[in-house]
Amino acid sequence: MSNLLTISPSPHFKDKPTTKSLMFGVLTALIPTFLVSLYSFGIGALVTTLVSVGSCVLFEWLITKYLLKQQPHIADGSAILTGVLLAFNLPSNISPFIVMFGALIAIGIAKMCFGGLGCNLFNPALVARVFLLISFPVQMMTSWPKPIESRLSYLDAVTGATPMAAIKAGNLSLCENANFLDMFIGKIGGSLGEVAAIALILGGIYMIARKIITWHIPISIILTVFAFAGLLWLIDPSQYVNPLYHILGGGLLLGAIFMATDYVTSPMSATGKIIFGVGIGLLTIIIRLWGNYPEGMSFAILLMNAVVPLINKKFQPARFGAPKTK
Amino acid sequence: MEDNVIAISIAVLGGVAVLAAAILYVVAKKFKVDEDPRIDEVNELLPGANCGGCGFAGCRNFAEGCVKSLEGKFCNVGGADVMNKIAEILGGTVSAPDPKVAVVRCAGSTACRPKVNNFEGAKSCAVVAATYAGETGCAFGCIGLGDCVTACEFGGVSINPETGLAQINESLCTACGSCVKACPKGIIELRKKAAKFRKVYVSCVNKDKGAVAKKACSSACIGCGKCAKTCEFGAITVENNVAYIDYTKCKMCRKCVEACPTGAIKEENFPPRKPKEAAAPKELGQPTNADKVEVKPEPEKIVLEKKSDNPNAN
Amino acid sequence: MKLSTFKIGGVHPSGSKLSADQPIKVMPIPDTVYIPAAQHIGKPADIIVQKGDKVKVGQLIAKSSGVVSANIHSSVSGTITAVGPVPDPSGIAKMGVTIKVEGDEWMEEIDRSETLDTNVDKFSDKEIIDRVTAAGIVGMGGATFPAHVKFTVPLEKKAEAVLINGVECEPYLTADHRVMLEKSEQLMVGVKLIMKAVKTEKAFIGIEANKPDAIEKLTELSRKYAGIMVVPLALKYPQGSEKHLIKAIMNKEVPSGKLPIDVGAVVSNAGTAVAVYEAVMKNKPLIERVVTVTGNSVKNPSNFLARIGTPVNLLIEAAGGLPEDTGKVISGGPMMGKAATNTDFPVAKGTSGVLIMPEELAHRREPEPCIRCGKCVDACPMGLEPYLLSVYSRKKMWDECEEHYIYDCIECGCCVYSCPAARPLLDYMRLGKSTVMGIIRSRKK
Repeated sequence: MSNLLTISPSPHFKDKPTTKSLMFGVLTALIPTFLVSLYSFGIGALVTTLVSVGSCVLFEWLITKYLLKQQPHIADGSAILTGVLLAFNLPSNISPFIVMFGALIAIGIAKMCFGGLGCNLFNPALVARVFLLISFPVQMMTSWPKPIESRLSYLDAVTGATPMAAIKAGNLSLCENANFLDMFIGKIGGSLGEVAAIALILGGIYMIARKIITWHIPISIILTVFAFAGLLWLIDPSQYVNPLYHILGGGLLLGAIFMATDYVTSPMSATGKIIFGVGIGLLTIIIRLWGNYPEGMSFAILLMNAVVPLINKKFQPARFGAPKTK
Repeated sequence: MEDNVIAISIAVLGGVAVLAAAILYVVAKKFKVDEDPRIDEVNELLPGANCGGCGFAGCRNFAEGCVKSLEGKFCNVGGADVMNKIAEILGGTVSAPDPKVAVVRCAGSTACRPKVNNFEGAKSCAVVAATYAGETGCAFGCIGLGDCVTACEFGGVSINPETGLAQINESLCTACGSCVKACPKGIIELRKKAAKFRKVYVSCVNKDKGAVAKKACSSACIGCGKCAKTCEFGAITVENNVAYIDYTKCKMCRKCVEACPTGAIKEENFPPRKPKEAAAPKELGQPTNADKVEVKPEPEKIVLEKKSDNPNAN
Repeated sequence: MKLSTFKIGGVHPSGSKLSADQPIKVMPIPDTVYIPAAQHIGKPADIIVQKGDKVKVGQLIAKSSGVVSANIHSSVSGTITAVGPVPDPSGIAKMGVTIKVEGDEWMEEIDRSETLDTNVDKFSDKEIIDRVTAAGIVGMGGATFPAHVKFTVPLEKKAEAVLINGVECEPYLTADHRVMLEKSEQLMVGVKLIMKAVKTEKAFIGIEANKPDAIEKLTELSRKYAGIMVVPLALKYPQGSEKHLIKAIMNKEVPSGKLPIDVGAVVSNAGTAVAVYEAVMKNKPLIERVVTVTGNSVKNPSNFLARIGTPVNLLIEAAGGLPEDTGKVISGGPMMGKAATNTDFPVAKGTSGVLIMPEELAHRREPEPCIRCGKCVDACPMGLEPYLLSVYSRKKMWDECEEHYIYDCIECGCCVYSCPAARPLLDYMRLGKSTVMGIIRSRKK
């Protein structure tokens, strides 16, 4: 025996997943979505994603190294993930400078100001998205490149309306005639990562199967949206659209599967996760139907992020052998 | 129309303000806690470190305690100055206990106490102490993960990177006792603070039998009792294989330092001994010359460092 | 059929039962044995022999010193060479007795024959408990709680069923598995004796599904023994914890701060049941036990029947020697065992195994920041919040620890096992738990 014996408190056995493997697992789950966005938006999708990931990683590295004077750990993949998610929340014809600005907000303000990985209250990519939405409303809300047609153009892409903008414009007939199949496979306008329902669902199934996330948050969001929007639709179909339209159009699936399930900014216990999901679902529909913006998902998630500490406090996990008092 | 809007806004906001003020007033009246105003005054004077060295949970609790009765209360951190001012406010007298300073009673540096295993786990002395004997063969010595460093509110404790041991910066030490409580091995002791921080103490608490202790650490106290025989004032007792110098009896003659075969007894902050003086006792303890040569330079070095510190403290 | 298990939390570490097919080998008697006086939870036994005394196998050498304490017997015959510190895995030598072995002379009253004695009815419940007390039997799964204390059901409570723990949910360990296979009949009679001692007609033997041979053999045998039923259980750690075994088999939750008997259960380890058989039927005190010596790089992972006090390095030698790449030696299993500072420590009543980990598996990863993934919360079989409790403990916020039920922690290690950031959650929680328990106790006084 050549080495000193190692002593550590039990357990001496460890499950395989690491922070890094979980982050890269999420990235793997995002590959189908990325492929669809490449297919739909071409060059624009590629440039936006690369700029976003590159600048997120760069900002994280610069801030940890020079402002916090710590050893940067880019290898854990969390900055890359933030970058990808930010890009997926942007239109493909957006200026790279806006993307870089967004990355600075996401990493610099939403993540590092709170103390870095694990300490942020709000989802960094969403903070950046909302920040850009408010700062650059024209680029972020009105000019959505048309899928397929604009594959080879970038900043000069042909633009059209997104399904959510159509509702907001009161153009219900367009919604009535919507082709759910197109929405399912990504032939609609929208931000990079939100257009292909099928790819997002595939990613979600992959993550649940690999136990990266649990089913609670996505399922509770989708069910709530379906139930709430469906109820309104049943009451007055002339004023409200088919609930499927709400689920497939806009950023709902991207948000439910990839954004709301962000570890850091979601509750811990199973009950807490369901409450969180229901809250997001309700808020999304309320904002979408009665709010100013066509898209409510990012606001809903950020609002619910803010109450996560309260949820964690109130909804503790079911305790073994808890005295039954009531 | 415009005027109207402004008027309404002013009225509404003003109304809210008045209402809120009323609620605040009622609440303040209704839930007012009657408190001796002197508690606040005393609290103002205290250092506010909430170190707990006085035995109270925090400075405010101590202030309450003082207002009740000054007897036996003393804030080591604030010192005599603060206590006298408190006595002025409250009337009565304060009795200052002997000033004290924390002393780390372990000299088992990495050089004389080899590692026999490798600990991986939470970086906390308490965790190590609860898990097993420790990284070295000595189950009594300093673990060196710095529970005392975090406990000290005044930045007075640090881990020496060379020796791997906790060390006290005497000029910052307020003798609050936080480190004494934090140390799971009970190594740190509050001892009498002498002029120029001079002290003589047994820097070991190993209760193992001499041979076992010596095997684990070359500077361990082996409980041989030579020091106790040398001491003319009966200040040294050997119990459970380890010597202890009673600081109330010790006259700091430093004869025990000479007598100790392992160098476990330390003298600190004394001026360097004159060669003549040193030569005489050497003859007495001949077989241990080699040990002494190693040990001696240490206190001298500290003297040099501390000299610059002392003026700041006084 | 869906196998039953407990509901909240739990993890699925890979079994790695390397020595499952190795029959129990009898270790030769060593030259010297070291018998510690504290081999059980509670007060150490009072040593009643002196240096120079001659002792026989099975002779009482240390007497139970209180309600929760147990007798200790000499496991060999020979001369006491020292009463004083004996080696311990923690590196802190503990009080004990060192015996130099001379021959193998047993006490006359011990029946050393191999014949099976199934006549349970010749003893009353009190006689059974007396014999168990005299034999110094403790829980042999690792917790080492004195068995007679468990079997003495308080007057106001009633035992509904005896639960035999044949789960062995710790990876690597196979001692109980082999005992169940090779001493099946003795186990059954032992269970009968325990049922009689606690006055119940029902017993369940819980065995995890990864031991199909043991399930089959015991199910077959159980037809001969009325009231004993074998329950196959789904694989999940920590099913061997008393509370979780009760939940899995009886679907009852032991309330926080209560004991198994409060829901009518008496839980005992399979090895303990065999020891009860030997103590009652053969008058043989607890002087030997089965120890698994295993590890990925160990040449011949084995199960040994060793006398209590046998230095562990002899067992390791017998299993092919300490591998060159050894990085860690664990007394017990990988989830709850204690890392040892040496290999000189002796086999004690609670030593279920010695696990040798190669260097590449011996180290913990460097802790990373908590990403609040909640995996520890999902894994905790007690439904606690380890991420929170470890922070509260580290910051010495004892009140908050108590508010979040740190005293319910069973120290199973599921949280650390599942943490992707490799945080030392349990290190701090253990500290918090003992401090909070101390605070609660001092409050009661």
